[in-house]
Amino acid sequence: MAHAHAHTVKRRTGLMDWLTTVDHKKIGILYLLAGGLFFLVGGLEAIMIRIQLWKPLNDFVSADTYNELLTMHGTTMIFLAAMPMLFALMNAVIPLQIGARDVAFPFLNSLGFWTFFFGGVLLNVSWFTGGAPDAGWTSYVPLASPAYNTDYGVDYYVIGLQIAGIGTLIGGINFLVTIINMRAPGMTFMRMPMFTWAIFVTSALILFAFPALTVGLVALMFDRLFEANFFNVANGGNTVLWEHIFWIFGHPEVYILILPAFGVISEVISTFSRKRLFGYSSMVFATVLIGFLGFMVWAHHMFTAGLGPVANALFSIATMLIAVPTGIKIFNWLFTMWGGSIKFTSANLFAVGFVPTFVMGGVTGVMLAAAPADFQYHDSYFVVAHFHYVIVGGLILGIFSGLHYWWPKMFGKMLNEFLGKLTFWTFFIGFHMTFLIQHFLGLMGMPRRIYTYLDGLGFNEMNLISTIGAFLMGLGTIFFIINIIVTAVSGQKASNDPWEDGRTLEWTIPSPAPEYNFKQTPLVRGYDAFWKEKMDGNKEMTPAEPIGPIHMPSPSILPLFMAIGLFIAGLGFMYHKYYIGGAGLAILFLCMLIRSLKDDHGFHIEPEELQDKGVKA
Amino acid sequence: MSAHTHADGHLPHEPEKATLEGRNKVLGFWLFLGGETVLFGTLFSAFLALRDKVGEGNPTANELFNLSTVAIATFILLTSSLTSVFAIQAMHAGKKAAMLWWLAITVLFGLGFLGLEIYEFYEYVHEGHGFTTSAFSSSFYTLVGFHGGHVAFGVIWISLLIGQVLKKGLNVVTAPKIYVAGMYWHFIDVVWVFIFTVVYLMGKVG
Repeated sequence: MAHAHAHTVKRRTGLMDWLTTVDHKKIGILYLLAGGLFFLVGGLEAIMIRIQLWKPLNDFVSADTYNELLTMHGTTMIFLAAMPMLFALMNAVIPLQIGARDVAFPFLNSLGFWTFFFGGVLLNVSWFTGGAPDAGWTSYVPLASPAYNTDYGVDYYVIGLQIAGIGTLIGGINFLVTIINMRAPGMTFMRMPMFTWAIFVTSALILFAFPALTVGLVALMFDRLFEANFFNVANGGNTVLWEHIFWIFGHPEVYILILPAFGVISEVISTFSRKRLFGYSSMVFATVLIGFLGFMVWAHHMFTAGLGPVANALFSIATMLIAVPTGIKIFNWLFTMWGGSIKFTSANLFAVGFVPTFVMGGVTGVMLAAAPADFQYHDSYFVVAHFHYVIVGGLILGIFSGLHYWWPKMFGKMLNEFLGKLTFWTFFIGFHMTFLIQHFLGLMGMPRRIYTYLDGLGFNEMNLISTIGAFLMGLGTIFFIINIIVTAVSGQKASNDPWEDGRTLEWTIPSPAPEYNFKQTPLVRGYDAFWKEKMDGNKEMTPAEPIGPIHMPSPSILPLFMAIGLFIAGLGFMYHKYYIGGAGLAILFLCMLIRSLKDDHGFHIEPEELQDKGVKA
Repeated sequence: MSAHTHADGHLPHEPEKATLEGRNKVLGFWLFLGGETVLFGTLFSAFLALRDKVGEGNPTANELFNLSTVAIATFILLTSSLTSVFAIQAMHAGKKAAMLWWLAITVLFGLGFLGLEIYEFYEYVHEGHGFTTSAFSSSFYTLVGFHGGHVAFGVIWISLLIGQVLKKGLNVVTAPKIYVAGMYWHFIDVVWVFIFTVVYLMGKVG
């Protein structure tokens, strides 16, 4: 077969390496960089919102700017910060956890990253071209309709999110196929690590939720650019239709965000308690059930839209049902810690901090699910407090936990534990300071999405405390950035299994993982595959194959060009410059054509090369 | 297993699933079609919500639709699904020439369908049923147009695949591409069955 290995591929270095990479580990780092950048932008927007609200009748920003800030804060944090950082962890960890050499579609993986990135850039270009989107991250019509939103802001929203959404959908399909088809021998579904399970269900949610958003955005785009009448009531359109379509996507979206965090917490708590995850099969069951129920509850965002008592009652009950599988998870985490020898590393601090915080967000979720009570809470700061408890207190704590946990596997160096703990305590205290008090502001009647409030309503002190908390969260984030820099400069090198208690396959290979991940595909003999080998007295996994040449996909610049094509097309159509739009699409289709016509033979890493590097399986 | 092992020997019975890359492609495409189902499901929901919002003085669905044209288009598209099955069967039997002929016939049927659809839209516009006329018209053109766009994409895609097979031959790299294009073609056929029922038949009677 030697003739089949004749294809040689030029190894690229430096910037070109990063622009053309199809290696899931490098794409993971790109997701982390881009997602982290957007997280800082969204965070800055949040700080500006809190500065505006620190005292009554403040004029730090104008009402219009405030609307842009709150819209872009929500949109950026959800689509451009939280999801990409999850994709970063997925890319960095999932193939390693299932014993695979790569993802199923390395080329599409790169395409997914670049479309997300250019979609996000397009969205943020709006700041410099005369106004960002300002109709809220939900972009409800008629506020977002061409009649009431006459500048280009919402156009950037519909087109930017459409392009970013393509990337997400591609990622979802990629990870489903990877997990179904590419598990190592012996890795049955019920032996998969909990994080892999969480990503599996999350990817399925992405697959079935994002196309609904695609249609919603297309409809709004047609209304805005081509005078269609989907939401134009004067010509028979229906504004409630937008709410339905948006939330049929939007509610699964919140589970897309939180399920991976559940997965991270399960891994971290199990590792640092030195115990098998309590109730693994019930954990899997709960994850699948949450994913399923996530599609059944969208109208609880619309209790006050007037759907009638029957619909409200049904969606109320369905929503409360989700508390059951979520409760199963909470108790399983507690029982995993019970009797374990717990190590409070920074990763574990974030995980342990997550548990009570998320319970608080869950409890207010059940309160909001009670439709009659929701008429009181609706559009008040109570809602703001609730979803920040589940998204920041759930998802962001989960991401921080995962980053501290897997950082050595991603970058080969240990994050500084002191700075990690400092990050945790400032961020954690800042978080509760910002948002706990907002529950009470909401119950006292402060509406969300207002740019200022009058003196003498009793809101002043609470808003001031909330603003101070927001600065503390910002400080926590700065500590994390300092930690990254300190680690990059002088961090301690990480071994294969730096936490010493690693349970899953990613800890059996060097840190950072070599580009082919596993020199020999491991044989999986049970749940917590590595831990099982350790308990049986083995130092490493039993290989499932002899050492042989490893096939690798070639790098490609096409995904970058395709995303740039979409970016140009989006801008062109937005400004009704159809030749520019057409040119952008032409770039896209040309790249697709080249990709289809040019076979990717990839290249092989020969066994001698594996020996030279002196790596052990 | 290297992708080239079968490049110049006998093809396995199911060449599309002979390599891991092929199996990944087929499974990934099934999942993609799952997403497409949600996409069209949402478009159908929007159409159903808005199909009675015709507006005063505009033609209604009942006045507009000419079932005989639509029936011919339906017949053509359903037949093209059959010819695409013949193409896949020929591929499994290793008959490259027969496969290419059946694919070419599929493309021709697709073009015939598109021609009829363009003619139909042209007629509707002249009867005062433009894209911006009403909520009904916007949702109609979006749903049926999305489907038409899918047919057009499929026609171009399958044509390019014919060219590729002519140049590179039928092997374990090209076979999965043909196979998923066939899956795609069936999918847009199934969507059309729903469009025929929900848009046209219900438009005539409902």
